[in-house]
Amino acid sequence: MALTTEEVNKIAYLARLGIDEQDVDSYAKELSGILNLVEQMSSVNTEQVTPMAHPMDQVQRLRVDEVTEGDQRALFQAQAPDVEAGLYLVPKVID
Amino acid sequence: MEWETVIGLEIHAQLATKSKIFSGASTAYGAEPNTQACAVDLGLPGVLPVLNEQAMHLALRFGVAIGAEIAPYSVFSRKNYFYPDLPKGYQISQFELPIVGQGVLDIEVEGETKRIGVTRAHLEEDAGKSLHEDFQGLSGIDLNRAGTPLLEIVSEPDMRSAKEAVAYMKKIHTLVRYLGICDGNMQEGSFRCDANVSVRPKGQAEFGIRAEIKNLNSFRFVEKAINHEVERQIDRIESGLSVVQETRLYDSDLDETRSMRSKEEANDYRYFPDPDLLPVVITEALIEQARGELPELPDAKKLRFKEQYGVDEETAVLLTHSKDMADYYEAVISASGCEAKLCTNWVTGHLAGALNKDGLDITQSPIGHARFAGLLARIADNTISGKIAKQVFEALWNSDQTADEIIDQKGLKQITDSGAIEAIIDEVIANNAGQVEQYLSGKDKVFGFFVGQVMKLTQGKANPGEVNAMLKAKLKR
Amino acid sequence: MHNQTIAELAKGLQAREFSSQELTTAHLARIKQHSALNCFITVTEVEALAQAKIADQLISDGKAGPLTGIPLAHKDIFCTQGIKTSCGSKMLDNFQAPYNATVIERFNQAGAVTLGKLNMDEFAMGSSNETSFFGPVKNPWDHSAVPGGSSGGSACAVAARLAVGATGTDTGGSIRQPAAFCGITGLKPTYGRVSRYGMIAFASSLDQGGPMTRTVEDAALMLQTMAGFDSRDSTSVDKPVPDYSKGLNDSLAGLKIGLPKEFFGDNLNTQMAQVVEDAVAEYTRLGAEVVEVSMPNINLSIPAYYIIAPAECSANLSRFDGVRYGHRCEAPEDLNDLYIRSRGEGFGSEVKRRILIGTYALSTGYYDAYYLQAQKIRRLISDDFKKVLSEVDVVMGPVTPTPAFGLGEKSGDPIEMYLSDMYTIAVNLAGLPALSIPAGFVDQKPVGLQIIGNYFEEARLLNVAHRYQQETDWHQQAPAGIE
Repeated sequence: MALTTEEVNKIAYLARLGIDEQDVDSYAKELSGILNLVEQMSSVNTEQVTPMAHPMDQVQRLRVDEVTEGDQRALFQAQAPDVEAGLYLVPKVID
Repeated sequence: MEWETVIGLEIHAQLATKSKIFSGASTAYGAEPNTQACAVDLGLPGVLPVLNEQAMHLALRFGVAIGAEIAPYSVFSRKNYFYPDLPKGYQISQFELPIVGQGVLDIEVEGETKRIGVTRAHLEEDAGKSLHEDFQGLSGIDLNRAGTPLLEIVSEPDMRSAKEAVAYMKKIHTLVRYLGICDGNMQEGSFRCDANVSVRPKGQAEFGIRAEIKNLNSFRFVEKAINHEVERQIDRIESGLSVVQETRLYDSDLDETRSMRSKEEANDYRYFPDPDLLPVVITEALIEQARGELPELPDAKKLRFKEQYGVDEETAVLLTHSKDMADYYEAVISASGCEAKLCTNWVTGHLAGALNKDGLDITQSPIGHARFAGLLARIADNTISGKIAKQVFEALWNSDQTADEIIDQKGLKQITDSGAIEAIIDEVIANNAGQVEQYLSGKDKVFGFFVGQVMKLTQGKANPGEVNAMLKAKLKR
Repeated sequence: MHNQTIAELAKGLQAREFSSQELTTAHLARIKQHSALNCFITVTEVEALAQAKIADQLISDGKAGPLTGIPLAHKDIFCTQGIKTSCGSKMLDNFQAPYNATVIERFNQAGAVTLGKLNMDEFAMGSSNETSFFGPVKNPWDHSAVPGGSSGGSACAVAARLAVGATGTDTGGSIRQPAAFCGITGLKPTYGRVSRYGMIAFASSLDQGGPMTRTVEDAALMLQTMAGFDSRDSTSVDKPVPDYSKGLNDSLAGLKIGLPKEFFGDNLNTQMAQVVEDAVAEYTRLGAEVVEVSMPNINLSIPAYYIIAPAECSANLSRFDGVRYGHRCEAPEDLNDLYIRSRGEGFGSEVKRRILIGTYALSTGYYDAYYLQAQKIRRLISDDFKKVLSEVDVVMGPVTPTPAFGLGEKSGDPIEMYLSDMYTIAVNLAGLPALSIPAGFVDQKPVGLQIIGNYFEEARLLNVAHRYQQETDWHQQAPAGIE
């Protein structure tokens, strides 16, 4: 399984991940290598196997419906790159 | 060519929980921006979601109400996409194993009943809001709404007109409020929908290409947006163009839909089970509990009202479209001890009219059911006439007094002493010899004159029935 | 002082032979002295001394617990309130966590002192500590070798006696492998035993925090504080925490040890195999019984892991978008530019590789072949372990195929690097507890023995490992220039 540079660019865009133009080739090569490594999975017959999403066969625990969190805006927004009037600012969102 | 419209709706109902679906932040509407966005809602590094049990209970209640299949095992998935109102870069939703499966709902359109399929209903978290004004070309992000529990109710493409779509949406709206799972406030966005619309030549089996109209938050907009979109699609096809599968936004100011550029990029949501959350197991006991919490549902209540109170279909719909209205009506009947007919007339007549005039709903009525019942009781026991009752109603609307207090204070009690009425009738007959003669010579119309005179002299407090009978006896031809 | 264990230091503190402030000051001085090892991203000198002062008060008030006043350090993956929490990344170089991770909260409650935050592979993705934005950590035994990763700063700090104990996290071997490379003890608990709340997620279904110490006895003391149910973590298990120190000296007579034949194939050189064999021989002297077992699917661990971990990380790392915290690019032109450049600049190349692979594996058309198939294989591997652990008490084997490799030796070849985790990864897929203890030297570098136990049997693991340390002195060796 080999990934083309075009595919790498497409995935990088899906992941909104900037990659230097000159690195795309090496990413394509490395990612293809990883895909080759995982390729051996395809030879295993898993028709009867239930996928395992969690190590423990446990059930979701539920939280009581109570308000436990107060306003911590000032604390949280101290970490923000750009805020105004309590809002996080970003380049214009176009619908 | 004759065209057929095909519509499916995805309704988003915010569930009426105190706290968010995966965090302990408040869901109250209208707070200062980002003051109700806690670390989990903001997607800070290292934080983890824990499911709110009430969100699950409310979703189950909806499921049993529409007779849907309930998954014994339900899973939360991550839906991956980047948007500034989506803090984690993924929305926790349900994909493969939603909590509520296939169900059905009957709607009535122009006297016809039609069955609409509900494909599924799943739990998910709401996103925040982007505000575009006042920031010099930037958008401001408020994440207070992020993490509010939503039930997304997905219908089959079973609707064939905007009217049917609205009827279905109204039906769900009524239902969720009956169930107490959503406040249904459309202005605040608690209840909104996306419409999938396509057209096809009548008789064709396969569906046409659909467009999805996003974020419709009123019944009127749903109807207008669909009608507009249908027209647009037919125009395109008839002029040789094809419909593009895309997401469109309805602009209520211009009454048109337009393509949403931002959503046009090929989205690949890469759903996969959220490893931070474990499978939710729905036991029979939980389903039984949800069944036990079910109130009488709108259709059942409507049927019962028709049978029990003898009301017609239209009145039954009016009385049961909201549970609050139905509860009010029944509380009035039980508190007044009056016949249903009198209660029906007054609730759907004067009261509904007055509420409508002031743009209020029944929960905001200035006259509570007890004071209203007090008025009806006095009509029923002939203490006041229907005409006087309207006067008392006005006073009830504008004060906190009871009907009895108003009647006493204003001396509106009906004259039931027949001797007193007889004396007044005698006086009227004596003073109007000419009219008596006319009446006796066969002019029936003049009878009304005598009634009017008597009522005038008694300030309307005489019982009209009694006045009629006594006048008839006195003026025997 | 710095050569003493937690258990010994606690006695010294109780007896007022020295104060926590003296102990803390001494360690802070050692951190400065050995700054070339590059163990620490942040040294919290002021806070540490303040905590030590409070600890001394607690001790004199007779309110001290076993960790009160003990200077520890934490992997920079655990959120620490008001203190930089970088996760080894430029993305969070400017981030001060607004809250404490549950693990940190528990150590604070226990009166432990935090010396600072430890270097690590970026977002815990790496096996050599070379992917850190803050530069590689050196192996204290050989400054030209890697300390292992991703908890390389933790392993090095403990081996170099800069901290008495440290926290680490283990997603595919990130506690055990650096512990082995640096000659210390490292325990990865059962998945769900230690809260993940406030521990920055790499792969949520695999990540688990654990202690890294010089002795098993110390690991038991640290785990005692770290373990336990946390209502803020849905995957945390609500199960009573046993006394981990109580059974440390229990007899090993009749202990059944399984040696998977798949662990001793061609990939393991004879010297490495010899270390494990010698350790097993020691166990037979202690009364254990050894059987060969087979785990036929274990060779599929690396493929399954390199789909599952990247898939989970690709979503876990989406929150780093330059909007609410963390690195933001200069003057973004539009929204996509903000995302693409902030993330492009903030993440290093290994993180990017894994995000890309994960994104690809989850995308339309590939999900079934990659992600779903990996989850099924995960089940097969887990079933292999279940079967074996129903027949034996513990499984033993190597931690790594070789001792610590050279700095730069594998950093150019990601796959070569991935293969160095071949013995540790399966444990994470199954969610089992496992530890690494020093068991010898190869090429003058320490080598570890891996012991894998059944779910929630950390106490048994610690007992088995402790008895070995009673008979051997590998764990007491110190790197040259460290005394």
